[in-house]
Amino acid sequence: MKVLVAVKRVIDYNVKIRVKPDHSDVDLTNVKMAMNPFCEIAVEEAVRLKEKGVATEIVAVTVGPKATQEQLRTALALGADRAIHVETDERVESLTVAKLLKGVVDEEKPDLVILGKQAIDTDNNQTGQMLAALTGMGQGTFASEVAFGEGVEAGEVRVTREIDGGLQTVALKLPAVVTTDLRLNEPRYAKLPDIMKAKKKPLDTRTPEALGVAVSSGLELLKVETPAERKGGIKVGSVDELIDKLKNEAKVL
Amino acid sequence: MSILVLAEHHNGQLAASTAHVVGAARAIGGDIDLLVAGENVGGVAEAAARLDGVARVRVAENAVYAHQLAEPLAALLVELADEYSHVLAAASTDGKNVLPRVAALKDVSQISEIVSVESADTFKRPIYAGNAIATVQSSDPLKVITVRTTAFDAVSEGGAAAIEALDFIADSDLSRFIGEELAQSERPELGGARIVISGGRGMGNGDNFKLLDGIADKLGAAVGASRAAVDAGFVPNDMQVGQTGKIVAPDLYIAVGISGAIQHLAGMKDSKVIVAINKDDDAPIFQVADYGLVGDLFEILPELEQKL
Repeated sequence: MKVLVAVKRVIDYNVKIRVKPDHSDVDLTNVKMAMNPFCEIAVEEAVRLKEKGVATEIVAVTVGPKATQEQLRTALALGADRAIHVETDERVESLTVAKLLKGVVDEEKPDLVILGKQAIDTDNNQTGQMLAALTGMGQGTFASEVAFGEGVEAGEVRVTREIDGGLQTVALKLPAVVTTDLRLNEPRYAKLPDIMKAKKKPLDTRTPEALGVAVSSGLELLKVETPAERKGGIKVGSVDELIDKLKNEAKVL
Repeated sequence: MSILVLAEHHNGQLAASTAHVVGAARAIGGDIDLLVAGENVGGVAEAAARLDGVARVRVAENAVYAHQLAEPLAALLVELADEYSHVLAAASTDGKNVLPRVAALKDVSQISEIVSVESADTFKRPIYAGNAIATVQSSDPLKVITVRTTAFDAVSEGGAAAIEALDFIADSDLSRFIGEELAQSERPELGGARIVISGGRGMGNGDNFKLLDGIADKLGAAVGASRAAVDAGFVPNDMQVGQTGKIVAPDLYIAVGISGAIQHLAGMKDSKVIVAINKDDDAPIFQVADYGLVGDLFEILPELEQKL
């Protein structure tokens, strides 16, 4: 079984972001970048499927400028067999990314595509669902478990999803799209020898033109602002004082 | 303009979130229809018809929609979408699951989790875990939008919209429902509760969440948790408040043993009043708390329960 796993380069989750003075966007110059945490979980799941003998090949893919190859090398170090870089310097939104990934799916014909459920920059939570729609696949979003084999019919994957009320389990016909939630697994760190080996693994480049996709956008980013800052309040000295403040000052009890 | 709102419902009950999404639809302006899709949803449709500002409730009653699976539900929405300028749903796990699929099938962008309506085509939405607010303008002929329900007031009841049956059946063999494990609780829903009390890693284990339960019972509060507490296995995922869990904005939010990671703050910082109880005087949660109490939660919680 071939698994395609999509990864995104985002601002490192530990970095405190700054909005540009002209409010055009968030300032990404000289900021530490990393693989989106949900994408790390996606790569880890693919690697575990290969370790279990379910997956035979893992192809990592990303969309973005040249620098995003750094995240593909990380995926290769973690266990992906080869990588595809769809190179574009333009700002691409979820629908465009989904169209580009569909182009790669058409070429690669994977049995399973794994993506993170959302990227921590735009917080969109869209690309996996859109890719499933465009490729006519079923979707298992917000996955906390991905199962093959015992108890699962051949030609299907069973996905347990984190939903607002608890957990929902669905069976999807393969090929299918899965997006990862936090509890699916705990990603490993790349080991130094694997990082060295990853440099020799194949990395191919595609362009949007070659995939037949026009990079366009139905959304214009007009402005980015810093939200109103919440001011810290006071410290109280006792439970009695806390109850008094909540009753008589804040009037919420 | 005409707006289609996807109604959310669970166990035959219209979810409170729907009235908030209708509130967002009213801010956009135009005729508002509600879509109720599911099995045995007659009662849901009647409740939906009572929401103020709704012109028509369209009901797709069929077993294929019973579990809100994205594949048939998206096909149904696509079938109806050409009649509308906007399609809206709550930014719940159901809404987030299905609307991007609808948008892609209609070849338009989707706008996630709006917190304000600037005009019929311009909206504000949080990015970077709420550390920045983006204003985006859509030039697409169809706007497909999920709504952060805590950012919009619910419409009241008193309407009497027409109810109309739809006979479109979008059967799909791409996915099958296997089962679900839903949390059982007598307490209010996290998303709609007036008071929320949440525990973090400082609670130590799942058993100690009982200390929060007693207080929640006295206050009629919902109980939540930080990601750290969920990751540690103290409590199930449906209790998680944060960037990737539930977004809450109650009148009173009490954070107990929660340090205040950015991703947790993203889920609760719009609460009216925030109380933090933590033994670490320097915990970042105190920077957003209106009232902070430094001390041992295992002493404070029983005292608080007794004195309330």
